[in-house]
Amino acid sequence: MLVMRDIVKTFPGVVANDHVSLEVQAGEIHALLGENGAGKTTLMNILYGLYRPDSGEIYVKGKRVHIRSPRDAIAHGIGMVHQHFKLVRPHTVAENVALGLAGTPFWQPARVVERGLKELSERYGLPVDPRARVWQLSAGEQQRVEILKALYRGAEILILDEPTSVLTPQETAELFKVLLHMKQEGHAVIFITHKLSEVMEVADRVTVMRRGKVVGTLPTAETDKGSLARMMVGREVVFRLSKGECRPGEEALVVEDLHALSDRGIPALRGVSFTVRRGEILGIAGVAGNGQRELVEVITGLRRAQRGRIIVLGKDLTNRSARRIADAGVAHIPEERLRMGIVPGMSIEDNLILKKHHRPPFSRGPLLQLRKVHAFAKRVIEEYDIMTPSPRTPAKLLSGGNIQRLILARELSGQPGLVVAAHPTYGLDVGATEQIRQLLIKQRDSGVGVLLVSEDLEEIMALSDRIAVMFRGEIMGIVSASEAKIEEIGLMMAGERRQQEQPS
Amino acid sequence: MRRVGPFILERRRAPSRAVVIGVSVLAVLAALLIMAIIFAGYGVNPWHAYATIGKSTLGSRYGLMEILRRTIPLLLCGVGLVIAFRAQFWNIGAEGQLLAGAVAATGVALYSGIPGPWLLPAMFGAGFLAGAVWGIIPAFLKVKLRVNDVITTLMMNYIMIYIVDWLIHGPWKGPTMRGFAYTDIFPKAAWLPTLPLSRVHWPTLVIGVAAAILAALILNRTRLGYEIRVVGESEGAARYAGINFLRVSLAVMILSGGLAGLAGVGEVAGIHHRLLSPTQVSMGYGYTAIIVAWLARGSPGVAIVTSLFFGLIFAAGDVIKTVLRMPFQVTGVFNGLILFFLIGVEPLMYWRVRLLPKGERWTGKAGSSGS
Repeated sequence: MLVMRDIVKTFPGVVANDHVSLEVQAGEIHALLGENGAGKTTLMNILYGLYRPDSGEIYVKGKRVHIRSPRDAIAHGIGMVHQHFKLVRPHTVAENVALGLAGTPFWQPARVVERGLKELSERYGLPVDPRARVWQLSAGEQQRVEILKALYRGAEILILDEPTSVLTPQETAELFKVLLHMKQEGHAVIFITHKLSEVMEVADRVTVMRRGKVVGTLPTAETDKGSLARMMVGREVVFRLSKGECRPGEEALVVEDLHALSDRGIPALRGVSFTVRRGEILGIAGVAGNGQRELVEVITGLRRAQRGRIIVLGKDLTNRSARRIADAGVAHIPEERLRMGIVPGMSIEDNLILKKHHRPPFSRGPLLQLRKVHAFAKRVIEEYDIMTPSPRTPAKLLSGGNIQRLILARELSGQPGLVVAAHPTYGLDVGATEQIRQLLIKQRDSGVGVLLVSEDLEEIMALSDRIAVMFRGEIMGIVSASEAKIEEIGLMMAGERRQQEQPS
Repeated sequence: MRRVGPFILERRRAPSRAVVIGVSVLAVLAALLIMAIIFAGYGVNPWHAYATIGKSTLGSRYGLMEILRRTIPLLLCGVGLVIAFRAQFWNIGAEGQLLAGAVAATGVALYSGIPGPWLLPAMFGAGFLAGAVWGIIPAFLKVKLRVNDVITTLMMNYIMIYIVDWLIHGPWKGPTMRGFAYTDIFPKAAWLPTLPLSRVHWPTLVIGVAAAILAALILNRTRLGYEIRVVGESEGAARYAGINFLRVSLAVMILSGGLAGLAGVGEVAGIHHRLLSPTQVSMGYGYTAIIVAWLARGSPGVAIVTSLFFGLIFAAGDVIKTVLRMPFQVTGVFNGLILFFLIGVEPLMYWRVRLLPKGERWTGKAGSSGS
């Protein structure tokens, strides 16, 4: 069905795809497995015409093809569902499918599409109301729209880029059913993921990539998680982090009945209450967009609380300024590293004193103490292993892992009492991920309270002492991590409230 | 990376100093080239034009002094704009802020009754204040009401232009001026000293150079400067770090507007010795200073060099008018061309153009935007 041969794609400084070959057959689910940055998405973007390879050949159904744009890809029967959906949110489902489609009438193009959609929905078990507006749909439903969009355009090869990252476990199961259905209809499905369990569950064959190269392709029936992990990472992986026993101390953060609005002015937090003690990690699990971002912003002073109280280390800091809250000992590892966590154009040195620049030792009166800044930068660059040619290098030239090390170095070096970490390892390689998790555990062991927000359930399970699950701006329940079952957390992520609330 | 014919374009994330200077020089050369065509279109031999301009500006003491005289307001406004641009505050209002300074200085000179030696310092003080006030109004509007700074600063220029017009036609019209729209001549104590046989009011020049040095120190070595840089580089990071936007914006616009105000004081106290029509007080220094600041790329020290360059262009404009007998507005055309090319070549700084190795040059689809 599809052959990609010797694909090479370089970006300045990196070889994203180094002579990669891939073969996918009709009627198979083919997993493309690898760490973040292994080159999976680059390869698929080439196949979908978003990038052009430097060299290499692509064959569809035995014929050599040149794919210059997504339009070409679609013409060759290739469809792609991106990790971040490309839908027009105020439009209806049918309108989204009709967008850019050739051969639709000028007047009310969505009408024609609606009929076809109904039929496709039934055939593949993808129930969606064609007249619903996209913004009203859940992530799982939006994903179905994306799949339908591809199918409607006659996709025989469907690429799914990390399709489960935005889904609850239940929605994931639904998705897998659809994929099996498509397989039976003779489609080829390419499934990009870095989650081993999903590969074993749904894929027929798997191609493992590491650092831009293919490590190997093999049937899932002939392998297991352990050996796949070894192929993926290139060494044995520790699945369990070594972590001492939790010794909770006094309250580092108390959140009481917190209410706040989202950017769009609709309630994002609806009565959230919980406590984080010193020396413990409280993980906040949940599907993206259920109020986690707003929660972090309200706690760190970046968003106003409408109601409720936030008490940090015994002080009421509700609706105080971000500076005041940071000065009170709250470290914040932000979700958007490049947009918020660093000032890309400024030097590493300058970035390391952000939030502390206005206080001694880095400032005296109106003047910056540049010598103290140099000394501090030199010390933490070494301590936190930030790989850089010089402290004067602009932060934007650092790799993702080093940018996150920079942020952690800055946030953790001031002896905080509370660390608020949002998606701290998102998009990082294994080495950096492991190191950053260790750093968070070290903080906890030294008596700091840690609030960890992450969409990666494995991370939440591995790091947290207790787990709170958020759904539509509310806490569905808080469970102790040692007793937590993944099914139970999955149900709470889907909006089912935990029966007996555990006293926190 | 992209391929265009036999070339390869590579993205460059942090252009080096040499690249920035090289590309800027390239832009100015391109503007000179187009200017040459305009000269030719006017029936003036471009070589002759450039030679004449060179001789009458750089080639004579008078010419050099005229360059310096023009440099003074450009330097003061330019340094102020560098500070504002570093905070991503798009102050297009230096012209109005300059005029505000001129008005304040005139008020003090004619109506305050401050005794001799104190008069000039008082004029500079009042001029700085007036420019600052004219600058912080847009700052408030931007931070508090999210009104676009480009538009407010620009519109404030027109308000000030009409205020000046009204003053010289109305309440401040000089009784001794026989009906002309000027104020009376300032008392001698309000005249700035000049270098011999020139119109270079050197105290203002000294203030300008001092302002450039001070601005560099503020930006690089103070808390305020640090916050200005963070706000300018990343609004998200500034918010995250809890930096107070209002405070930073006000500080930036007090400095930026104030410096432009000083330039206005220099023009009326050093050259005209009275307040007259806005186009005669300023001749668009506040607008040209935008290019001065843009070319300086965030460095107040470099603004000394770029303001000298535009001082030269203004002086050249005089030559174009008097010697070559072309309209003075040609200077405006020249300014526009330089700004146009400067902005146009910006992307060049972020792309490295390389020739492919010999063997690969013409493989694949050459000529199109790559394969």
